[in-house]
Amino acid sequence: MLKASKKTGLVFFPAFDWAIDPTHPEREERLLYTQDQVMEEGIFDINGIEEYKPDLVTAEDIQRVHFCVPDEAAITTQSHLISAGGAKAIARAVMEKEIQRGFALIRPPGHHAMRVAHGGRGFCHINMEAIMVEYLRQEHGVKRVAIVDTDCHHGDGTNDIYWHDPDTLFISLHQDGRTLYPGTGFTHELGGPNAKGTNLNIPLPPGTSTEGYLYVINNTVLPILEEFKPDLIINSAGQDNHYTDPLTNMKFSAQGYAEMTRLLKPDIAVLEGGYAIEGALPYVNLGIILALADMDFSSVVEPDYDPVRLEQTSHVTDKIKRTSDVINRYWSQRKELRAKAGTHGEIQQRNREIFYDTDNIFERQKEKIRICRDCGGAFEIDSQASTGNHVLCVHIPLNACQDCIDAGHAMFRNADMDRYNRAFLQDQTQDHYTIKQS
Amino acid sequence: MLIGLDVGGTHTDAVLLSKKGLKRKIKVLTDPSDLFNTVLSGLDLLLDNIDPLDVKRIVLSTTLTTNAVVQQRIDPVGIIVSSGPGIDPRLFRTGNHYFPVAGSIDHRGRERSPVDPAEIRTIAKILKKEGIKHVGVIGKFSPRNPCHELQIQALLAKDFSKIFLGHHVSGNLNFPRRIATVHLNTAVYSMHKKFFHAVKRSLEQQGIKAPIQILKADGGTMNLESSMDFPGQTILSGPAASVMGAIGYAPKDQDVLVLDIGGTTTDIAILVKQAPLLEPVGIGRGIYKSLIRSLKTYSKGLGGDSHVRVENGAITIGPDRSGPAMAFGGLHPTPTDAMVVLGLMEAENKESSLGGMADIADKLGTTPLKAAQTIFQTACARIVEEAIKIVDRINRKPVYTVHEFLEGYRIQPRKILLLGGPAPYFANEIERQSGIETQAVPACSVANAIGAALARTTCEVSLLADTELGIVAAPEEDFKEPISKSYTEEDVIERAYALLSEKALKSGSSPDDLEVEVIEFQKFNIVRKFSTQGKIFRAKLQVKPGLIKGYDQVYTQLNKNNDGTPSGAEC
Ligand SMILES: [Zn+2]
Ligand SMILES: [Zn+2]
Repeated sequence: MLKASKKTGLVFFPAFDWAIDPTHPEREERLLYTQDQVMEEGIFDINGIEEYKPDLVTAEDIQRVHFCVPDEAAITTQSHLISAGGAKAIARAVMEKEIQRGFALIRPPGHHAMRVAHGGRGFCHINMEAIMVEYLRQEHGVKRVAIVDTDCHHGDGTNDIYWHDPDTLFISLHQDGRTLYPGTGFTHELGGPNAKGTNLNIPLPPGTSTEGYLYVINNTVLPILEEFKPDLIINSAGQDNHYTDPLTNMKFSAQGYAEMTRLLKPDIAVLEGGYAIEGALPYVNLGIILALADMDFSSVVEPDYDPVRLEQTSHVTDKIKRTSDVINRYWSQRKELRAKAGTHGEIQQRNREIFYDTDNIFERQKEKIRICRDCGGAFEIDSQASTGNHVLCVHIPLNACQDCIDAGHAMFRNADMDRYNRAFLQDQTQDHYTIKQS
Repeated sequence: MLIGLDVGGTHTDAVLLSKKGLKRKIKVLTDPSDLFNTVLSGLDLLLDNIDPLDVKRIVLSTTLTTNAVVQQRIDPVGIIVSSGPGIDPRLFRTGNHYFPVAGSIDHRGRERSPVDPAEIRTIAKILKKEGIKHVGVIGKFSPRNPCHELQIQALLAKDFSKIFLGHHVSGNLNFPRRIATVHLNTAVYSMHKKFFHAVKRSLEQQGIKAPIQILKADGGTMNLESSMDFPGQTILSGPAASVMGAIGYAPKDQDVLVLDIGGTTTDIAILVKQAPLLEPVGIGRGIYKSLIRSLKTYSKGLGGDSHVRVENGAITIGPDRSGPAMAFGGLHPTPTDAMVVLGLMEAENKESSLGGMADIADKLGTTPLKAAQTIFQTACARIVEEAIKIVDRINRKPVYTVHEFLEGYRIQPRKILLLGGPAPYFANEIERQSGIETQAVPACSVANAIGAALARTTCEVSLLADTELGIVAAPEEDFKEPISKSYTEEDVIERAYALLSEKALKSGSSPDDLEVEVIEFQKFNIVRKFSTQGKIFRAKLQVKPGLIKGYDQVYTQLNKNNDGTPSGAEC
């Protein structure tokens, strides 16, 4: 009987009865052929591969991460709760050492969902990885986490959630934002003043092939992971870099995905996008599963795979090398960059505009953060959306120093309830979420 | 009248049933080296002074295939597999004559690379030279499109007398199991054929005209003709016979745990509203892992004859059996000895049992009676624990839709039915520990043979419709037809129902016993470039395992004979 060298757990939740709408790419059929391939390969008969049933996440799980406006129930469906619960079930099994690695093959995806959530963006409503990570921190004492987002789209939601968190290293590899949704994720986007350098964005030119991806992994991602020394590595395993994906312009392959997984050695992988549901997903997912289990994946090749057609141009290669060098330089200068970003105790303000393409909502944010050299810093976000909702969201990070705890409470206390429908206090030090209504 | 005969590891049980009840039951020792004689001598005893023309149905459950697999007494056969992308097919090698070949079909059943006829002809030559008579051909995704298996079969046809094809065994996807299943069918075919033809001849000589039915691992039967194409399905029919033997005592609308307590093991199964739970893909146990439809049964290494030891000051029971109980001439203490000492069961050699208990008591620093009590209670506790664990595990099984996640059926056993020799002695204690009403099945030592006699003919059909490709197909049944874009859900069910009825009748079912249910139905829109190009329907229908109609009185009678006394006398 076949045996996995690394004990690997899978949650398979294809949500065969849920779609954004009937002809949307994020629909019932998306994981059908992947499931067929996984079943036909007899994956669950392999000694050391276990299938898990998803949990159901609660409002409390979501409140550790998001400020849902007006509330959790309004912007999620059961499918979101089960999908996030899939990631949570796998994370629990890894922490309880039932398995060494886990892969949550779940939908809907989540990496475009930001900390404040008025609705759906880029097919995402709540952030599966972040909900899982904060669960791990609160209930399993995990501290330092690295999230490597290899979906073809910039993981702007996860990036936003960990923008101010120096204990989470977020690295996103994606197609250059000038050529693809959501249009962000450039090299200079390095994180907030308290976490500069622990957010790294690596835009790749259209036409990047397996060679380019693996170059970045080997020359940038792995050395940085090595230095950051995370307790846990998470891979947001989007599969839309594939050469057949209808929404993107890359040349990545199943072999490439499997090799990348072998190099990254993530403790937990979570499926994100990927819309070439027949030509790519069955093979890419199989490759990732075998690579996680540390098994041979050399015969996992798409039927129409043609390495010659998938070679990248030298122009693309040069561009990738330059980007990789830029990121490495930023990383080596992160302490200086952080020191220059502000002075301890001052309040900095940032204004942003966010568009929710899936639900057609427009949001304006005014964010104020306390610069702190002792913790991630407390902050408040004044958020006004085209839905008519206007809220104040206050966040106190898990590792907050006393000054930031006090500052956060003051922000919440001083919320002018004539202006806001609601004010929220997300106090991670107490694992507590408080709501004030006008 | 009906005959049910179940060949077990030690005993062979047989019963003769009329519509009014149990007419006759016999028990003979199994001779593993001569199952043919075991079966015949069992039938001889049963039919003594019976008019052979009164026998209307004979169901046999044997360990022929199981023994052959365990003892590796199976034929060398040729296996040809074509795979395409995925896990290296060389890892699923079944023996010395195993050939991965060119050709690939994808998950939607489209050909991605062709078969190479020259390669197949070369393999045919090699196999012939090596004296191979039977060949199995298995393609990855052949339940989606069997064209490559059929093409290879055509290339081999003139050189081999019997060729088994992967898409015939099941509509379920699992390539390694398909290989294992076809290999099993191919490798036990000649033995199976020889054995049952001999049985049939011998019954004919006695004037019995009734058709022979063979019990399968799913608790249903198939006739002799059908069994020639799927001889592997007879494997592990023993546990299935027991479960079928319990169904008659299960309440109509409750979940029931069935515990078959034997000498070495306790087999655990679950009935939901009188229907046994099936394995979703096929037999899942170790060397039998396959696509063979099977009841969900679990085996725990704990029975009446399990070896009892003291380890680190605590009692351990099993999982091994080191001969019979001391009360029956064995050398090591067992739960049976504990029961003898406790006065729960009679035995001539009670002294030996006492000796065994005294030995255990010494090591525990207690009295023999207390030791016996601890052993007995521990044995029951382990069995109950295991059964509850299994129910939990089944309730935690993964689901793939939001609906199933939220509304999925949860098993809650309200009754425990006990089978097997020691069952009556365990009933009270198991009821006390589990808090669930527990009953030892009447005539529980031959309940398996009764179960076999009354088991329905079962089968399954998987139907796929793809309106984009314009095909409806049930490859298992060699059925394929063009369809239009407007093919509906109702069309799918209607077609599948027709195929299933036809298959069941051909396998020996009576029209009265066609209790059909839809066990899977999926429907997907095929969307490409933001518009719907067609629909995929997948349906799976089965004739539910259960009991044939018209024999309810058998159970009424058995229950009546059994009233009052705590489930004992009949065993
Ligand atoms: Zn994406
Ligand atoms: Zn601070």
